[in-house]
Amino acid sequence: MTSVQKYGLMGFGLVVSLGAPFLAPQFATQLTMLWLMVVFALTWDVLGGQMGYNSFGNILFFGIGAYACAIIQRDLGFDYFVGLAVGLGIAGVFSALVAVVLGVGMLGLRGHYFAIGTLGLGIAAGEIAGGWDYVGAGSGMVPPLYPTGLEGREFFFYFAMFALAVITFAALRALYQTRFGLALNAIRDDEDKAEAMGLHTTQIKSVAWAVAAVFLGVAGGLTGNLLGFIDPRDIAFAGATFGVWMVLMAVLGGKGTLWGPVIGAVVFHVTQELFWTYLLGWQRVALGLLIIAIVVFFPNGILGTLRERFPEWFGERMEERS
Amino acid sequence: MSVLLEVQGVTKTFGGVVANQSVSIEVRAGEIAGLIGPNGSGKTTLFNSIVGAHAIDEGSIKFEGEEISTFRVPVIARKGMLRTFQQTRIYGEMTALENMRISAPEARVSALSLLGGFSSKTDTRGEELLEFVGLASKRFLRAGALSFGQQKLLEFAMALMSEPKLLLLDEPTAGINPTLINGLIDRLKQANKELGVTLLVIEHNMRVIMNLAERITCLAHGEVLASGTPDEVRNDPRVVDAYLGAG
Amino acid sequence: MLDNLQLLFSYPVLGADLIANGLMIGSIFALAAFGMALVWGVLGIINIAQGEFVMLGGFVALTAAEFGVPPLATIPIAAAGLFVIGWGLYRLVIFRIVDRDLFVSLLATFGLSIVLQQLSNEVFGADVQTLETGLGTLYLLDGQIVLPEIKLVAFGTALIVGLLLWAFLKRARLGQAIRATAQNARAARILGIDTDRVYAATFALNAALCGAAGSLVVMAWTIHPYIGLPYTVRSFLVVVVAGLGNIIAVIAAGLGLGALENLAGFILGTEYQIAFVFVAMVVILVVRNWVLRRKREYLK
Repeated sequence: MTSVQKYGLMGFGLVVSLGAPFLAPQFATQLTMLWLMVVFALTWDVLGGQMGYNSFGNILFFGIGAYACAIIQRDLGFDYFVGLAVGLGIAGVFSALVAVVLGVGMLGLRGHYFAIGTLGLGIAAGEIAGGWDYVGAGSGMVPPLYPTGLEGREFFFYFAMFALAVITFAALRALYQTRFGLALNAIRDDEDKAEAMGLHTTQIKSVAWAVAAVFLGVAGGLTGNLLGFIDPRDIAFAGATFGVWMVLMAVLGGKGTLWGPVIGAVVFHVTQELFWTYLLGWQRVALGLLIIAIVVFFPNGILGTLRERFPEWFGERMEERS
Repeated sequence: MSVLLEVQGVTKTFGGVVANQSVSIEVRAGEIAGLIGPNGSGKTTLFNSIVGAHAIDEGSIKFEGEEISTFRVPVIARKGMLRTFQQTRIYGEMTALENMRISAPEARVSALSLLGGFSSKTDTRGEELLEFVGLASKRFLRAGALSFGQQKLLEFAMALMSEPKLLLLDEPTAGINPTLINGLIDRLKQANKELGVTLLVIEHNMRVIMNLAERITCLAHGEVLASGTPDEVRNDPRVVDAYLGAG
Repeated sequence: MLDNLQLLFSYPVLGADLIANGLMIGSIFALAAFGMALVWGVLGIINIAQGEFVMLGGFVALTAAEFGVPPLATIPIAAAGLFVIGWGLYRLVIFRIVDRDLFVSLLATFGLSIVLQQLSNEVFGADVQTLETGLGTLYLLDGQIVLPEIKLVAFGTALIVGLLLWAFLKRARLGQAIRATAQNARAARILGIDTDRVYAATFALNAALCGAAGSLVVMAWTIHPYIGLPYTVRSFLVVVVAGLGNIIAVIAAGLGLGALENLAGFILGTEYQIAFVFVAMVVILVVRNWVLRRKREYLK
């Protein structure tokens, strides 16, 4: 693709994204969720795809963000929008701090141990939130309501989530182009080698996790407000839905690529919205089967498979040149 | 010449099996030192002890006068001592040039220092070193797609890129096409002379090590058998026994 | 929380009761952990669906009991039923992931666990169920320690199965083939061992162990379609602490976890008992890794 075509395509995507809620206002919430899915897949891929650390507990930061934001809004008594802005900021920062603190111990774990350890973290968080009265325990929390009488609630959240997705994408794109991006790939390809070359692998891993956590935290705060209710196990720390989806979407699109998670999220979310309702009680059976089918038969995902077939599309060179 | 690396009385056992028994060697700044010995004589174990890949049971390892026997791999690497692996290790999914970029000294300052882009100086240096090992034409290829010998050269170039004071090479000529070995010996000597990198080389190929090293230590059954100049070691009857005899 | 702790100090015998009950429950954890260690050691797969096998074992036992089978006789039926299910799942899915990287095997067995959960929900319903055994309760020390007899049965079963498993792996031809494959699959293949069959048998045996554990869970406790994951994590925890090759250590770690969990459940409140299991796992992983790193090693 030439850069003209590329930017043309991106411009077209932007126009469609900006116009979508006006064209189909009845689907505004589903469209907002689409951008949430994009954030999920993109942030999962920072560790899972780029760094080769398969986290099964990134939902932790989403949930922490959701609760942190709601608590700020509840306890500081600001006006709705001020409270939301402050809450989102703190949600992001706090999630990142948690990532750094946990990262010191967790990111020393490798392979299976990291995957299962993070899975445990995510579930433990849900269990603790479900028993903790300060955050409403099992009955959950209700963030302050969007001001009544003010029009455009759906549009507000749509554009907020869209902006978050775009910022996440741009930030990660910029990050991957620095030496930091290379360091992540180096850890993925051979962490022992990266250590033997003197890279500060522990620091690098913690920063990477914190970057993912910032965006997940903000996304959590926004989602709590969007849905108007935070359930500890089914929304905030929803490991069995959001938590699995983020992995699946990134794998489906092609992990370790920039656009893969975006494509995976769109494909997954649209498929889900179109067909899921017909499956009635069998949705999660289908989800499980889908996971097995994708990882067993299609582990490189959409972009990974294309890349294998047409490496020149991706700027990969096969022949030598002097 | 000052002593750069001083290994004294290092013992390492693996569950009762003695891999190194009270081994002492020293490497002087600016020289090329050789480490030889039959299979299973504990050469790679000694390397791993030196660079911090595992704990040692006894003894002391000093680098530039500092005790490093309890430090871990990355810390030791940042002090300027690097190793290459017998089973070559490179970053397979990245291009050869990217492998060089991430090996530059500025990449190991701190995690946040990585947030900048690439300086053209780094790229130029990386290309020069790829040129030096003869991989310039392959700089945009995926490193994992290179042949084994080329990966070995790339790993050597990466090590040079990070400007170590002491470089430990584990069998640099193993698996390399014999016709290319002389070229490699020249490059090792050149790296030592022109870039000022001290080398400690494990080598199986006697012809190579006799040509390359100024001083050689021979291990057998985990113990130092002999050390001295190539001629001294070559003519030591115990070394001849170790290679030709039962060991 | 502090009140409960104080209570425990005032009446230490209460602690004895909690520990005794915990040890019995822990023997069930050890059963599922045997299986996980087998599959991990031989196939190199950490089976996330482990807990779902336990859950299915419980439902098989319940179903058998509905057909009039006496409760205790459902234990072998559950084991046999799960053996068949395990074999089938190996042939359908697991054989495809044996030599793949850990990400594939983790995620695939995770997918499997969701499918099994959801299918059980459709077939057996979401209710919490239990199987009445008709066994009595033991009152020790003037009734200060209350121990349902079924928990003793569970304890005995776990010990006997552990012993049988040990003998099987040491003596039986298939057991020896399993151990050979675990040590070096390629060498085993060269020596004429049909490793694919060994894998299938190992995976099915694992499922059978979980099935037996599940039948005990449904009698001593309760089950529902979503109890799986905590059992997976408990098995994992036991194996991480005990290592892959030591049956005695697995039993000890299982019992220890059961006792610890029961105590924690009492002190922190039962609503935090599951959270405790997960947090304990994370803490143990991190601490073990940290200790190893001081020795310049990794948890591998």
